[in-house]
Amino acid sequence: MASFTPVSAAIGGVLIGGSAVLLMLLTGRIAGVSGILAGAIRPGGGAGAWRLAFVVGLILAWPLVALTGREVAVPQLPGSWIVIVVGGLLVGFGARLAGGCTSGHAVCGIARVSARSLAATAVFMTVAIAVVAVTHHLLGA
Amino acid sequence: MAALATLLCGIIFGVGLIVSGMTQPAKVLGFLDLFGTWDPSLAVVMAAALSVAAPGYILVGRRSRSVLDGDLQWPPKRAVNRRMLVGAALFGIGWGLVGLCPGPALSNLATLSPKVILFVAAMVCGVLVHDRWLTRTGAVDDA
Repeated sequence: MASFTPVSAAIGGVLIGGSAVLLMLLTGRIAGVSGILAGAIRPGGGAGAWRLAFVVGLILAWPLVALTGREVAVPQLPGSWIVIVVGGLLVGFGARLAGGCTSGHAVCGIARVSARSLAATAVFMTVAIAVVAVTHHLLGA
Repeated sequence: MAALATLLCGIIFGVGLIVSGMTQPAKVLGFLDLFGTWDPSLAVVMAAALSVAAPGYILVGRRSRSVLDGDLQWPPKRAVNRRMLVGAALFGIGWGLVGLCPGPALSNLATLSPKVILFVAAMVCGVLVHDRWLTRTGAVDDA
């Protein structure tokens, strides 16, 4: 089971919050990844080029981190292929329906003291916690 | 120029996700496992991110233009509605099942993990189902 890592969590969090502020300062946009992704894959997007650049930046992070000598940690995804597909569909669809995800609502929205983002975050946190409680403890997964 | 600035922001965001451990489902699920061996790290990540973003946004909000001389596109503050709540719940189910959300999933593509690629493909499908289906019924919500 993963252990508490407050220092790296704090440093990473500062980078996340900082990048969001920087994106708004430099380009006037919100760092909501689900919205950025949706725009990046939308056809006919000359205006969408910046979104693609953000996504490319996200993908370049690991290679850059690896250049510093840190080992790339291949993520361990739980569940069967079906669970992963269902999870992915729900994350993609749900985020669009909600108008944002953890970056858009929990970071950017709450930073702006948006009641809507607070509500969205409260809902997806509660539901996610319930899902983990069921899969990890009730179903013994 | 805007593309370069945005690329840089994406890199910093991604590095933040990696350094904080948010690209590892185990770290995320460890936080969501409230009734098990609880790992509060995600809460620290949020708090740290907000401690920068909240005052940062206030300062940026005093400007009328972005540095690259564009509009500051603050999302309109819409009311809480049922669609948003349903979407949040669906997102929460997916997130609780796999422990990945869009940002970390995209960053993890660089690891070339087949499961990550599958997750991202499914996520993109989910996005397209929403954007194409609701576009047809004339109700795309873009926050």
